[in-house]
Amino acid sequence: MSQAGVLRAPSDNRLALWYSDGWTVTKRNLIKIKRSPDMLVFAVIQPIMFVLLFSQVYAGAIQVQGTDYVQFLMAGIFAQTVVFGSTFSGGAMAQDLKTGIIDRFRSLPMSSSAVLIGRTNSDLVLNTISMIIMMGTGFVVGWRVNSSPPEFIGGVALLLLFSYAFSWVMALLGMTVNSPEVINNASFIILFPLTFVSNAFVPSETLPTPLRIFAEWNPVSSLVQAARELFGNVGTAPVPDVWTMQNPVLTVLIGIVVMLVVFVPLCIRKFASISSR
Amino acid sequence: MHALSGLDLEVPRGTVKALLGPNGAGKTTVVKVLTTLIRPDAGSAVIDGIDVLAHPKSVRRIIGVSGQYAAVDENLTGFENLEMVGRLYHLGGKAARLRAQELIDLFELTAAGNRPVKGFSGGMRRRIDLAGALVFKPKVLFLDEPTTGLDPRSRLALWAVIKQLVRDGTTVLLTTQYLEEADQLADDISVIDDGRVIAEGTSDQLKAQIGGHRIVVALVDLADGESAREVLGRHGEGDPTVSDDGRTVEVAVTDGPRALQNVLANLGEAGIRLHDAGMRRPTLDDVFLTLTGHKAGPQTRGEPDEANLEKVR
Repeated sequence: MSQAGVLRAPSDNRLALWYSDGWTVTKRNLIKIKRSPDMLVFAVIQPIMFVLLFSQVYAGAIQVQGTDYVQFLMAGIFAQTVVFGSTFSGGAMAQDLKTGIIDRFRSLPMSSSAVLIGRTNSDLVLNTISMIIMMGTGFVVGWRVNSSPPEFIGGVALLLLFSYAFSWVMALLGMTVNSPEVINNASFIILFPLTFVSNAFVPSETLPTPLRIFAEWNPVSSLVQAARELFGNVGTAPVPDVWTMQNPVLTVLIGIVVMLVVFVPLCIRKFASISSR
Repeated sequence: MHALSGLDLEVPRGTVKALLGPNGAGKTTVVKVLTTLIRPDAGSAVIDGIDVLAHPKSVRRIIGVSGQYAAVDENLTGFENLEMVGRLYHLGGKAARLRAQELIDLFELTAAGNRPVKGFSGGMRRRIDLAGALVFKPKVLFLDEPTTGLDPRSRLALWAVIKQLVRDGTTVLLTTQYLEEADQLADDISVIDDGRVIAEGTSDQLKAQIGGHRIVVALVDLADGESAREVLGRHGEGDPTVSDDGRTVEVAVTDGPRALQNVLANLGEAGIRLHDAGMRRPTLDDVFLTLTGHKAGPQTRGEPDEANLEKVR
């Protein structure tokens, strides 16, 4: 084999290379979603199930002041789904490390952040699909948006941005643990209480005092509150007198920026030193 | 504890060097340092004139790596795996596809090229992985235990591919715990144990280092073990060794054929009956046993937590 032939010298435009590397890895991850049925179940069936179960089972039992439970519920389910959807980045990084394909990537002259960009991009796509399906299902069970189109778009963007930023946090975790199973277990133990002890499924004022205080300061509550406000689904109950709940959109935006500023560089640095086994 | 210490290697262009050693000897660590995957605490390494620690990205353009655990994406087809690697070498879409097809044909994976790797056999995965290492026609190819876990037929097939690459001028650094593999593929062998080179040379040189032929006899009656040992000891260099089951006795000798005649005559006089008797040339197993005092082969050891590479060139 000769060095000539079809192989040409790589371009020197770093930005173009960074973009094309990121896209190549994103495409690889999207093919995986298409070909593994369990991931489609995760992205498609689970959101439908959650919306149907919660709206039909709890709607009669939980009273929300000034609105009906389905209106109240949807923002909570959106938030819960994007939080759990982000954990996928962690599991997938751990899995790639285990199978050794990270070693392949790291021995190629590709952009050092491309694998992480590709990972978080494809999970954003997955979360977007879940979101569209949930909205459709919500619409069927009676959910309505009572705000202006810009507010609605802002709400969707905020949820997806949050999931994107949180993906970086989970990706770092995925590169730190020993096996993909650790991520699943850890996220189960930490994220279930975090999403349930919040205002996602019940009004936080109904909780016992210690849990109520936790729920009011819980960042998930801010995300839910922000989405509720932007979709026009808030009832008439007073918003807890806590800064993060009084300014939920700003709180979430700050949270997104902080997560990105801290975890993107940490992830890139970590990636430069990881290797399977 | 250091994974590597005082390890010094030099591989001339266009040759094949084998690093031979048991699990945990530090072979994979050497490959990971040279392929830019881990940074050593100390030491230096130069590949084709490029300093590995100072310019890892430039090194990545001229090397290919195929590891012990086939680094392929299960969900992509063989073709898609190779195309992706080509794109990440920045060949561009069209050239990446052309090159992927070339390699699929070269490795005779045509039938399987368009199915997800998930359904491939171990041998086919390894071939895809090796093809991935060759996408950019590397000057230096690193093969970390390329045939571990493969059945004999797949191993022979992979050897044939590697031999062809070497004929075409690729420089290869190969790690293996199979003595036969080093014997088959390498111009030069470095025996590694506990992160250091304990012997170096061609296969023949290493064998010469530990003496000439070996005489091996298999006993009919286990009770003859002691007297057989005594007879073989009289003609050999060093102590004869007895196999675990006590049936075979073996000794290294200088003048093989004559020693065998004498041994057989003496055993006959002593009335010791034999199932089998013969002479063999030493294998690299013998080399390893002589040099380290333990057999080559999988061993359980603590994972080294630190790499200290003195000098790799």
